[in-house]
Amino acid sequence: MNDLLPFEWIAAIRFLREGRLQSLFIVSGVAIGVAVIVFMSALLSGMQVNIFKRVLTSQPHITLERPKEAARPQRADEPGEAVLATVQKPSQRVSTVDQWRKVRDDMRRRPDVLAVSPTVAGPAFVIRGDGSQAISLIGIDPEEYVKIVPIPEKIVAGTFRMTNSDMLVGTQLAEDLGVQLGDKLRVATAAGGSLTLTIAGVFDMGSRGVNQRNVYVLLTTAQNLLQLIGGVSSIDLTVPDPMQAEVVARSIANETGLDALSWIANNNQLFVALSAQTFTSEMIRFFVGLSVAAGIASVLVVSVVQRSKEVGILRAMGGSRGQLLRVFLIQGAVVGLLGSIIGSAIAAGLIAAWREIARNPDGTAMFPLTIDPQLFAWAALIATLTGLLAAVTPAIRAAHLEPVAAIRG
Amino acid sequence: MVDEVLRLEGVTKSYGLGTPAETEVLHGIDLVLEKGEFSALIGPSGSGKSTLLNIVGLLDRPTRGKLYISGRDTSTLDEAALTQLRGRTIGFVFQYHYLLSAFTALENVMMPMLLANGRPDEQMRVTARDLLEKVGLLPFQNSRATNMSGGQQQRVAIARALALNPPLVLADEPTGNLDTQSADNVFQLMKQVSAASKTTVLLVTHNMDLARRCDRIIELVDGRLVSDRATPAA
Ligand SMILES: Nc1ncnc2c1ncn2[C@@H]1O[C@H](COP(=O)(O)OP(=O)(O)OP(=O)(O)O)[C@@H](O)[C@H]1O
Ligand SMILES: [Mg+2]
Repeated sequence: MNDLLPFEWIAAIRFLREGRLQSLFIVSGVAIGVAVIVFMSALLSGMQVNIFKRVLTSQPHITLERPKEAARPQRADEPGEAVLATVQKPSQRVSTVDQWRKVRDDMRRRPDVLAVSPTVAGPAFVIRGDGSQAISLIGIDPEEYVKIVPIPEKIVAGTFRMTNSDMLVGTQLAEDLGVQLGDKLRVATAAGGSLTLTIAGVFDMGSRGVNQRNVYVLLTTAQNLLQLIGGVSSIDLTVPDPMQAEVVARSIANETGLDALSWIANNNQLFVALSAQTFTSEMIRFFVGLSVAAGIASVLVVSVVQRSKEVGILRAMGGSRGQLLRVFLIQGAVVGLLGSIIGSAIAAGLIAAWREIARNPDGTAMFPLTIDPQLFAWAALIATLTGLLAAVTPAIRAAHLEPVAAIRG
Repeated sequence: MVDEVLRLEGVTKSYGLGTPAETEVLHGIDLVLEKGEFSALIGPSGSGKSTLLNIVGLLDRPTRGKLYISGRDTSTLDEAALTQLRGRTIGFVFQYHYLLSAFTALENVMMPMLLANGRPDEQMRVTARDLLEKVGLLPFQNSRATNMSGGQQQRVAIARALALNPPLVLADEPTGNLDTQSADNVFQLMKQVSAASKTTVLLVTHNMDLARRCDRIIELVDGRLVSDRATPAA
């Protein structure tokens, strides 16, 4: 007996050690439950972080645009008369944000905005020989824009050099057109602009669509091509916490009257899918937790019955109800804690194994799974609490055993 | 006035109160046990000996009547106070040894002290070793119940009952499960420690030979005390 431990702990540990097989089974049960939960959580958050990262590298968190012109029917409905009218949307040509310099400066002053970059974006064609391909032309201020999308990190050939006759194209577009660094291409727009630009760099944003569609040029070049002299089509923003982008976007929209489109609204489908995934994993967590709790409770109920004579003798010798209650509560908590420690170790092993196995064809890690100490601390805490809660009913039973009834031969 | 350890006044006990099966098994028991007295409680099976012993031991409450321990009325005490009083003033030895198998002999003897104080300490070990020495089992201090004979276990149980030096020890057929030789040993030991520490002992037994070796024989038949006499040769 350890002199530092009170009676309750000593008895709880001795009882668990004596019921070796039962304890072993229930601790394994808890360990497996915890391992599943921890590994699943790590996998899920690793995957989601990875998806967000991919989506976010090629997009601003928030894009501010001039509000869309609403289509207004020319005639009002007469009361009592149903009118069927086809209302056509007005064509949305590239239009400038009113007073964009003022908006830009206002945005720079907001504490919940990290970077601000005005851009001019619109549809265009690249023409080479007798072939042409539709592209999305994006005119940027290089110094500002790199804070929004880190293009220099994505350059795979050439440099992030931007003069008014340069362009940056994606790997896919270069491949489709059979062009390479230093080649010249003509860029034309429906508005009538046309220029011949040199490929100064080729980027890979990690998304085929982006690599095929996006073409970056200087702001002034795009203004010329899209006939939007002195104007910008949008103001791109970065916020400190991407997950808060929608909240910030709403607040900006209210304040400025501009359309503020967050990457979250932009990728609505993705978010629906991810939240369904999160919900499913929470359900699994909940039910695994529940079955772990039921397992602990049932083992302890059996143990109380098995030990009813010993409980009686302890009560006869002056053991209080509170002492007996705690002996069984502690057993539940210890089972939970032990199980969670072993389960966390198993989960750490699974994560390490996953890192080895789950690789892209080129051998790089599919996505980084981090061993988050906080996750393990949470698992331990919750498993211990679960054990404690599961032990409540058996412990109350033990505390209320009548010593006479328990001792009778 | 002699030192009175225990007094029962008009104690009755009914089982199944308020049900059709209600039966009174003790009918108005009056009894006084004095300090250092070594008494045998005898009677036919079903006469209520265990019921009486459990009431005396504060494991059960009388249906009517009063129970005084060292002059103190116990009827007003709540569950927690009864438990505490029980732990400090009464030692138990049961028919089935009821050592805790998860603990060693020494730890079993320490248990009443541990329950009372909350944490083990060196003084408890010293006391427990002394007691094991007295019952002749010091060499077995680190053995578990499963590695000891019935007689040995019962001797450990006696040492345990004495751990807090209680004024009263109650034993319900402590030798009932033992062979004659071991039963004799255990009985001898109880008499010896009772004499040495002036502990009052109430011992339930079916064995008339043992009963005759006690100071006093109390006989219970059908829930009534039918005789209460001092033994001549005690
Ligand atoms: N919990 C109980 N509920 C109902 N009746 C009980 C209960 N405990 C004992 N009895 C009854 O009370 C009577 C006295 O029982 P008790 O155990 O006190 O007898 P005893 O003298 O100790 O018998 P034995 O020598 O066999 O141990 C018996 O008729 C018994 O059936
Ligand atoms: Mg009996």
